[in-house]
Amino acid sequence: MISKNIKEDTEGNRIIVTVIGPDKVGIIAAVAQVLASNKINILDISQTILQEYLVMVMVADMSESVKDMIALRDKLAEKGREIGVRIDAQHEDVFNFMHRI
Amino acid sequence: MLTLQEIMETVNMVQEENLDIRTITMGISLRDCSDPDPRAARQKIYDKICRLAGSLVKTGENIEREYGLPIVNKRISVTPIAVVAESSLTDNYTGFAMTLDKAADAVGVNFIGGFSALVHKGFTNADHRLIDSIPEALAETGRVCSSVNVATTKSGINMDAVYKMGQAVKKTAELTSDKDGLGCAKLVVFANVPEDNPFMAGAFHGIGEPECVINVGVSGPGVVKRAVETAGNGDFGVLAETIKKTAFKITRMGELVGRTAARKLGVPFGIVDLSLAPTPTIGDSVAEILESMGLERCGTHGTTAALALLNDAVKKGGAMASSYVGGLSGAFIPVSEDAGMIQAVEAGALTLDKLEAMTCVCSVGLDMIAVPGDTSAETIAAIIADEAAIGMINKKTTAVRIIPAINKKIGDYVEYGGLLGRAPVIPVKPFSSAAFIRRGGRIPAPISSLTN
Repeated sequence: MISKNIKEDTEGNRIIVTVIGPDKVGIIAAVAQVLASNKINILDISQTILQEYLVMVMVADMSESVKDMIALRDKLAEKGREIGVRIDAQHEDVFNFMHRI
Repeated sequence: MLTLQEIMETVNMVQEENLDIRTITMGISLRDCSDPDPRAARQKIYDKICRLAGSLVKTGENIEREYGLPIVNKRISVTPIAVVAESSLTDNYTGFAMTLDKAADAVGVNFIGGFSALVHKGFTNADHRLIDSIPEALAETGRVCSSVNVATTKSGINMDAVYKMGQAVKKTAELTSDKDGLGCAKLVVFANVPEDNPFMAGAFHGIGEPECVINVGVSGPGVVKRAVETAGNGDFGVLAETIKKTAFKITRMGELVGRTAARKLGVPFGIVDLSLAPTPTIGDSVAEILESMGLERCGTHGTTAALALLNDAVKKGGAMASSYVGGLSGAFIPVSEDAGMIQAVEAGALTLDKLEAMTCVCSVGLDMIAVPGDTSAETIAAIIADEAAIGMINKKTTAVRIIPAINKKIGDYVEYGGLLGRAPVIPVKPFSSAAFIRRGGRIPAPISSLTN
């Protein structure tokens, strides 16, 4: 379970960052560095290896972020290309809407 | 809270299975734009569209990036122009179409729907003028879509309108023959037309609709196909349940995007239309869903049953996922826009007759089908009449969007590229329906209309 100990977010500032790609040294560090440099707080990290691929999911809080969602997505995508994995960030609502009634 | 599997399921739907929001369509009432001076009316139309839809595209793009969900099209539907132009002193409504085209260009939408008339029981003078203007209007504009409702369950089939539309389709094909009859891809003839459909080419803003509204069309044949594959060899109960659950999840995305767009634009949220709308991309195909249920080729025996199951399960899942489901909601079976349908036609599995049978159980009708260019207006009208009869008797929407491929024969192709795709020209019956079509008048409403 992801973020089971995190309270419901009423402000709607939470995002979910997903990383998919071949496992290697420094992936978490690279993603965390992008988030930290934009004052985005990581609330939870979960990861697993599926058929030699790293699948990592982070829950992060954007309430203090210096970048908006659109700029952040671009920045993460750029970092992903640099280290050879796919990084995506989507608003938490997307997942809650689909999987929770 | 969310599990890793749930999160990855959503990510995969978007990245691998072509889940997208097919369209955000803003419906705009133009009823206050009437004016005896056609130029004044056109100016009011242009100004109103630009004022209300000015930030539609930008808002759509922002939502797209914020949620990481592709929103393929941003579009506009307007009050049927026959209603708006009725009091203007002019015989030709092509100018109104050109104004819509210009407004669509100014706000950056790729299609604007509503060059339309509702003539299921009879014509007003304006309805005649509008239908007479359709071929020229579609030839002179790039973004305008036209639709005409010729039948309803409550009023029967206006066979004069059916004949007139047979002629309009033919003439539109002739005027746009240099582009493989592209005009006909923007012209739909309906029975029981919904007034809140966000999908082109049949979208218009109905008379009972509010001043301005946001309707959303969601799609995702690729997602459903994958779900059907994971159902493996399960029985039909398992299959229906799997599709239902998937349709629920897809529709939730439409609900989220629709509500967000409506809030950001400051207009009411209308409906979510969950329609499996295929694209020419491999894997994004309704035919392939049917085939993954166990049919060797779409169009073979069993296809109608498979489509009935699919269409119903999609509706059931969708209805639970949104407060307001509307529009067409179901499965589309356009030939040119669906790689699997094209293959099925090429293999000889899918014919016009089978497509007609399929329209009895799915959400629309004969869609994006190319027929030989020498097909007569009467035969086209008879094809429209058959579809209208299916809609009228079964209390459902049916439609015809057919392309007479001028100077082309069976086996040739019409090519459009993009979402409209390409279609092989398929045969129609060589026997005449002319004497039947020329009778004129109205086919009475069926007994099933006497429910009051």
